[in-house]
Amino acid sequence: MLQLENVSKQFKNSFVALQDIDLTVQPGEILSLVGTSGCGKSTLLRIIAGLEHPTLGHASINGEWVSAPHPSVGVIFQESRLMPWLTVWENVQFGLDAANQPDHQSITEQALAKVGLSAFADSLPRQLSGGMAQRVAIARALVTRPTILLLDEPFSALDAFTRANLQDHLLDIWNDDRPTLILVTHDIEEALVLSDRIILLRPNPGQIHREFTLDLPRPRKRTESQLQRWKDRLVEELNLSLIERSLTEV
Amino acid sequence: MSQSTRLSSESFNAPALGRRRESSQWTIALIVPGILLLLWEVLSRVGVFPSNLLPAPTAIAATLWELTASGELLGHILATLGRMLLGFALGTVVATVLGALTGYSPVARRLLDPLLQALRSIPSLAWVPLFILWLGIGETSKFALIAVGVFFPVYLNLMTGIQGVDCKLVEVGRVYRFDQFQMIRRIFLPATLPSYIVGLRSGLGLGWMFVVAAELMGASRGLGFLLVDGQTTGRASVILASILLFAVLGKITDSLLAAAGDRLLYWQDSYGAHR
Ligand SMILES: Nc1ncnc2c1ncn2[C@@H]1O[C@H](COP(=O)(O)OP(=O)(O)OP(=O)(O)O)[C@@H](O)[C@H]1O
Ligand SMILES: [Mg+2]
Repeated sequence: MLQLENVSKQFKNSFVALQDIDLTVQPGEILSLVGTSGCGKSTLLRIIAGLEHPTLGHASINGEWVSAPHPSVGVIFQESRLMPWLTVWENVQFGLDAANQPDHQSITEQALAKVGLSAFADSLPRQLSGGMAQRVAIARALVTRPTILLLDEPFSALDAFTRANLQDHLLDIWNDDRPTLILVTHDIEEALVLSDRIILLRPNPGQIHREFTLDLPRPRKRTESQLQRWKDRLVEELNLSLIERSLTEV
Repeated sequence: MSQSTRLSSESFNAPALGRRRESSQWTIALIVPGILLLLWEVLSRVGVFPSNLLPAPTAIAATLWELTASGELLGHILATLGRMLLGFALGTVVATVLGALTGYSPVARRLLDPLLQALRSIPSLAWVPLFILWLGIGETSKFALIAVGVFFPVYLNLMTGIQGVDCKLVEVGRVYRFDQFQMIRRIFLPATLPSYIVGLRSGLGLGWMFVVAAELMGASRGLGFLLVDGQTTGRASVILASILLFAVLGKITDSLLAAAGDRLLYWQDSYGAHR
């Protein structure tokens, strides 16, 4: 179980990016963080990943305080962040040495097959398209078998078709091991299609504005009327979160 | 795997195409020098250029041949190459250690870099008298001088290369809980290689400059000695022959380094790699 207790983050320039975030995420839950640009979504994710330290409060995984990257956490960044000097195969294996897995070959093979890139094992990152590179990044995150997978706008640089494709892919992968997924996204539809719960953040300072639980079966059709209604509601709330903000500022 | 084999056969064709274009560029590049050489030969023969100051290309070739036949030239070349190699190795090793240190550790950088930058602003040839005083006129002062010349470009490129490593890639290492050693070996080393090789190449270039300086200041062997010898005995063809040899050796060693670099940096997605 992942818990955030009273997490606040103030950067060195005294900018308060997050304030009093309390959040509990159940194992296997798919959670989306949405909110306007600059409201602290990435910062929150980086705190969970152990890449950033909160100024107040703490994140904990199974009761253990996060002070550095946790072994059971995988991260997929917005950019694929592949090592340009390694082949696709070697990139996927990248985290394995450190994690000391016994059976590298077959694990790598499986992960590459899962993202449909077995044929490109010997290619270099520069020979891949953006979508392929992001799939390699997903495979790289999978080989260490994380129980918590953090994704920071993983598909935002891709076209709508590839994005929808990878979202389905992500659900397939999630179905295998049922890790906790925490997804930062700008795309409300993406959040609606994937998540059990959507957290809406508001900016200045970043706080939880509203929380929505989606009790809909998966896979969900993007065209479903129920999703459309949810979407309207969320967009409205997003606007509200901004208006409220400006009212209190006056 | 069929797709990946197709991929690799494509990448096989690309260099072949490039090579054809390269060879035609080579012939183009040779036109102007060829004409100039011919003009030089003719003007020397008819006596426009005084032969004791600017001998004809064929005269220089003849001198080269004489020197080669007598076995003298090989000794000079080996002497120069030997000095160069040792000085280059010395400078590179020290620069690599210090550059890695100051690049990687902020403490070491604050401690050492200001001093090294201050030393760098001294024109390296200004060291010559001091080195001779300290180390004598023999080989040691020559190695030292060459090493100083090689040191700074290698040091500077390595340090800035390490500092320029993309912190986004370093974060990936952090997520996988790499220790310092793994960080260096698996991220910093490969990521720094491009600028390190640039440093080695410019270090080599400076090394050649300093080997000339070192040999001019007093040597009984080496191409630099041949330069001085040509001057004192009034043989312009010997001077020109040694200049030519310096150019050839410099080009060969640089090409070797560049080729080694290209082999190591095959993964780079840069403008130069696609030409
Ligand atoms: N290292 C830093 N130093 C100072 N301020 C920072 C730093 N990193 C982020 N911030 C600020 O914190 C706020 C939140 O940043 P964050 O990257 O978490 O936003 P975000 O919600 O992910 O935005 P986006 O949707 O555009 O990615 C921003 O206003 C940003 O300017
Ligand atoms: Mg962000």
